[in-house]
Order: sequence, then C-alpha cells, then structure tokens
Amino acid sequence: MTSWLLVMPIAVPFATAVLAYLMRRAPSGRWISLTGSVLSLVASIALLIAVLNEGVIAAQMSNWDAPFGITLVADYLGVVMVVITAITGLATAVYALGEIPERIEHLGYHALFQTLIAGVTGAFLTGDLFNLYVWFEVMLISSFGLLVLGGTREQLDAGIKYVALNLVSTIIFLSGIGLLYGVTGTLNMADLREAVANAEDQTLITVIAMMFMVGFGVKAGVFPLFFWLPASYHTPTFAVSAVFAGLLTKVGVYAMMRMFTLVFVGDVGFTHEILIWVSLLTMLTGVLGAAAQTDFRKILSFHIISQIGYMTLGLALYTPLALMGGVFYLVHHIIVKANLFLVSGVANKLAGSTDLRRIGGLYKSSPFLAALFIVPAFSLAGFPPLSGFWAKYLIVKAAIELDAWFVAFIALFVGLLTIFSMTKIWGMAFWKPHPDGIDPVPERVPAKIRVPMMLPIIGLAIMTVVIGFFPEPFVQFAETAATQLLDPSDYVTTVLGAQR
Amino acid sequence: MNSIIFTAGARILVALLFVFSLFMLLRGHHLPGGGFIGGLLGAVAFIVYSLACGPAEAKSALRVSPEGIAIVGLGIALVAGLVSFLFGDPFFTGQWYWVGGDSYETSLFSLNTVLVFDIGVYLVVLGSILSLAYAFEEET
Repeated sequence: MTSWLLVMPIAVPFATAVLAYLMRRAPSGRWISLTGSVLSLVASIALLIAVLNEGVIAAQMSNWDAPFGITLVADYLGVVMVVITAITGLATAVYALGEIPERIEHLGYHALFQTLIAGVTGAFLTGDLFNLYVWFEVMLISSFGLLVLGGTREQLDAGIKYVALNLVSTIIFLSGIGLLYGVTGTLNMADLREAVANAEDQTLITVIAMMFMVGFGVKAGVFPLFFWLPASYHTPTFAVSAVFAGLLTKVGVYAMMRMFTLVFVGDVGFTHEILIWVSLLTMLTGVLGAAAQTDFRKILSFHIISQIGYMTLGLALYTPLALMGGVFYLVHHIIVKANLFLVSGVANKLAGSTDLRRIGGLYKSSPFLAALFIVPAFSLAGFPPLSGFWAKYLIVKAAIELDAWFVAFIALFVGLLTIFSMTKIWGMAFWKPHPDGIDPVPERVPAKIRVPMMLPIIGLAIMTVVIGFFPEPFVQFAETAATQLLDPSDYVTTVLGAQR
Repeated sequence: MNSIIFTAGARILVALLFVFSLFMLLRGHHLPGGGFIGGLLGAVAFIVYSLACGPAEAKSALRVSPEGIAIVGLGIALVAGLVSFLFGDPFFTGQWYWVGGDSYETSLFSLNTVLVFDIGVYLVVLGSILSLAYAFEEET
C-alpha cells in the first residue's frame, strides 16, 4: 500500500480541483478547497511518517517496473518538501477565504490553486525526468491562470513575461531531456545515475548538465535568469503571490538539488564551481535590487532571488554540512517568505496600498500585525534565534570549513543588506505616520475578512519561532536528507528494486 | 464566413469528423489512436461547425461550457486511476475484464479502466482546445 501513500498527496488536490471547479459558483466551492487542503496535509503527513519509519520509499505507477514506468519516490528531501507544500497550501487556502472576492472565485480560482498544489507536489515526488517536465507544465499552466485571474492590465503584462520566459526554460529543459535520452536511453532518475556515469561522451553529458542548470535556473530565479520574477510576483492576489513566492522557485531549486546530487556528479569541480559564482551573484543582485524598490511586494520579490542564492550555494559547496544548510534553508524560506507576502496583503487591506511611500502608521494602529511582521522579517535577515539564523549559520559554517572566506563574507554581507531592506519596510509601512492621515486600525476591515487572513500569518509565525527555538530535530532531519543526497545508493536501490 | 458551399459541406464534414474522432478514441490502446488524438479531432469538428454557423450557434450545440467538459474529463481520468485501489494494485494499473475469452485475440470485446481513462483524456483535450478556440473567435 506504499504506492497509495505516495499517490494521495497528488490525487487529493486533483480531486479537490475537479469538485471545486464544479462548485465554483456556490459558496461550498471554497469550503471544498479548504477541506481538500486539510486532506492533502493529512496525506502528506502520513507519507512523512512512512518515510521516517522505513527510509526511502518508492512505487511504480500502473505496475510498470522501473526504469520503464513512472516511479514515485519519497526520500527525506522529497517528503519534507511535500509536507511544506501542503502546509503552505493550507495556509493560503485559509487566507483566500478572506481575501479572494467572489468574482475571482467564479472564474475557477480554487480549481487552479489546487491544480498548482498538485503540480508542485508531483514535481517533488516523481522519480522520472519526463514526468518532472509534465509537472512543470501543470505548474506553469495553473500558475499562469492564477496570475491573470482578474484580468487587469498589469496582470496581463506580468503574465506574458512570466509565461514567455518560463516557456523558454521549459524548452531548454525538454531539449536536455531529449539529448539525455539519446545518450543514455533512460529517463528514470535512479537509473540515470549509473547510465550517466558510464556514458562514453562525458563532454556531452556536461553540456546536457548545463542545459539542465539553465532550465532549472530560470525556474529557480538565479542570476542572470531571474528577471521574470520581480516583473510578475507583485501583480496577482496576495494569496497567489504567497504560494508563488513560497513554492514555485523552490521547485527549481529542488530539481537542481536532485539532478546535481543524483545524476550530474561526474564533473563536480566544473559544474558546481559555476554554481558557486551563480549563487553569489544571485545573492548580491537580488539584495541590491531590493534596495532600489519602494513597493512592499517588489522588495520581497527581489529578496526571494537573493535567498535562492543561499540555497543553491548549499548545493554548490557540495559538502554534507552545506547541503544540510541548503535543505534547512529551503524549508525555512518557504514558511517565512509565504508569510511575508501574506502580511503584505493585510497591510494592503488596512493601509490601502503596497506602495511604501503611500502607507504608514501600521505600528501604532495594528501593533499585533507589526509583531507578526517582525518574526518572518527578522528570520529572513537571519536574526538569532529565529529559523533564518540557523539556516544562514549552517551555510556560512560550511563555507568557512572549506576555507572559502570570500563566499562566507558575501553570505554575511548579503544578510546585512537584507536587514537594511526589512528595516526599510518597517520604517515606511509601520513606523512613519500614514501620509493621507488614515488610521489603519484592524477594525477598518470586517472580521469576516480579517480573521481568515490573520490566522495563517499567526500559524506560520509560530512555526518560524518553533524552528528557531527548537532547531535540533529539524537540523537532524536536514542532516539525514543531506546524507541521502550525497549518497543516493538507498534511493537508487529502492527505485530500481521497488515492486508494488 | 458566408459561403453556402462551406456551410453545406460543413454539415457532412462535422458528422464525419465526429464519427472518426470516436473511432480513434475506441481503437486506441491496441492500435494507433486514443483519447488525445480523438479529442483533437472532436475539437476540429466543433471548430469547423463554429466557422460555418458562427460561434454562438456552435456554443449552443455544445450545450455545456468547454471548461466544464475539460474538468469533468480530468475527474473521469482520475477516477479511472483510482479504480485499481479496489484490486490492490498501484495507481493507474489497468483493470481488464475480457468478454467471451481471456485475452485481446480470443475475446469479443473488453471492459477496462484504460478506456475510461482515455475518455477522460478525450474530454480534457476536447474541452481545453474548444475553450481556447472559442476565446479566440470571440476576440476577432
């Protein structure tokens, strides 16, 4: 029955999407979506428990044995991403109860949202490269739909940029898959590990590896391929931008981590060296780009880019400690970043805009919201004892252990600049008085909207604090995940030997 | 488009395309064909019809919204995958019941979940292509 444990986190959101679409004009549509998100979380926790008990688990869909059929695999990294996807999905589903107007619900918001969650989950669970491409497409189509729902001018402009650039990335990725299949004759990731190592033409393999790096790089938003991200993330509804910010780029990072630990490890000196420089430039350009912005969500969007750099840096340094830091960073960042976007939505509702120059006074009028902003914002900047501190600590320590002082210096320097941006939001949105003299007290928004919007923010902030104060189990989990990544023999034998 | 020849020809063409699309759907799995190509042909039939008689007429001939067709198709495909749970097999394992025999060669016909899945695919393709095509026709 392991097979069904692996399927459920994908099948539940799909089923929810179908029902939610059919019920999109009735109020029950949103409750179906919420129930589906709860069930997804239950399913993914069941999978987590199974992985904690049995280690890597795999199943062959349709009963076609690997490497011919589609394999679903969950190792520590895969399963933690599935759980965190379900958590983010639930948080934004609750938030959507307050934020999403009926007009957008009628267009099928909940169905697209659940399909997006299904796509992301599928990408984390699949053990087949072509299937990964299919999940990328599912994500792309549903996220494009979510991005343009509402149909304003800015949204369509953002949507075109988003889709055009992501299609380019997908085409590069697909060409890479085609070439790889031509060279090795297999697309099962576990099978590829050996097939790639034994391939005659290692130069061609390196070329293919670089195609994958570019393809995933666009998805992840690394330097210099990130420009679609700040062009689009500030336009959709806040619930949507929180899911995008939390999950979409991380799928790119995850795919990179998977491929460059499992398959493309023949020339680590070359591929991962490039990745180090890409990561450093990503961190720097992201944080400098943010410094120039004055829109709440645009600042946060640029920070996604800068933080992506830390995660790919964890992969690029390629030591157990660095990968452990990368995995920890991935999880911490999803919670924190989604939360910051949710906070920006509440700030928008209370103060009337996301343009920092046109809002203010939130600290005086809504001190509770201010406190809830402080937690993820300072976690993002890496203040002890919040979760971001441990994530940065692990990465920097890994760099120092390698005597990569320059890398460590940049990592700390970018952290410093992150504080600058966060204090900028703090100063302009929370501290300074509102320029129009509006008093943005919470009571300006009816409780029916306010409560569902605040609940997920509180929940995610509590998670950030918990990870910060009790990092031990999370760090241990990340350590096991990193060990499995560096030595995927379990992964390979489980996939290729998995029956039923 | 106001051409009598095209409008008259379309009636026959639409019927032929539709029969052919169902034929392609049903012969799939064992022979070239299947839900995807069948759905495309079905969509072509409706597009020809809407070119001949106008999008409004074509929409009322379809009776339900194309998006609805697509999402119901997705549901049918999903259900076809879930059936194998009852038989203790992994997701999407095809379940076959042969009528009058025990294999493709010896039996008259078969009842199976693979065809159900293909019908789902057929509806998804038909619905999504039509919703695209109708959106474009409304623009111009």
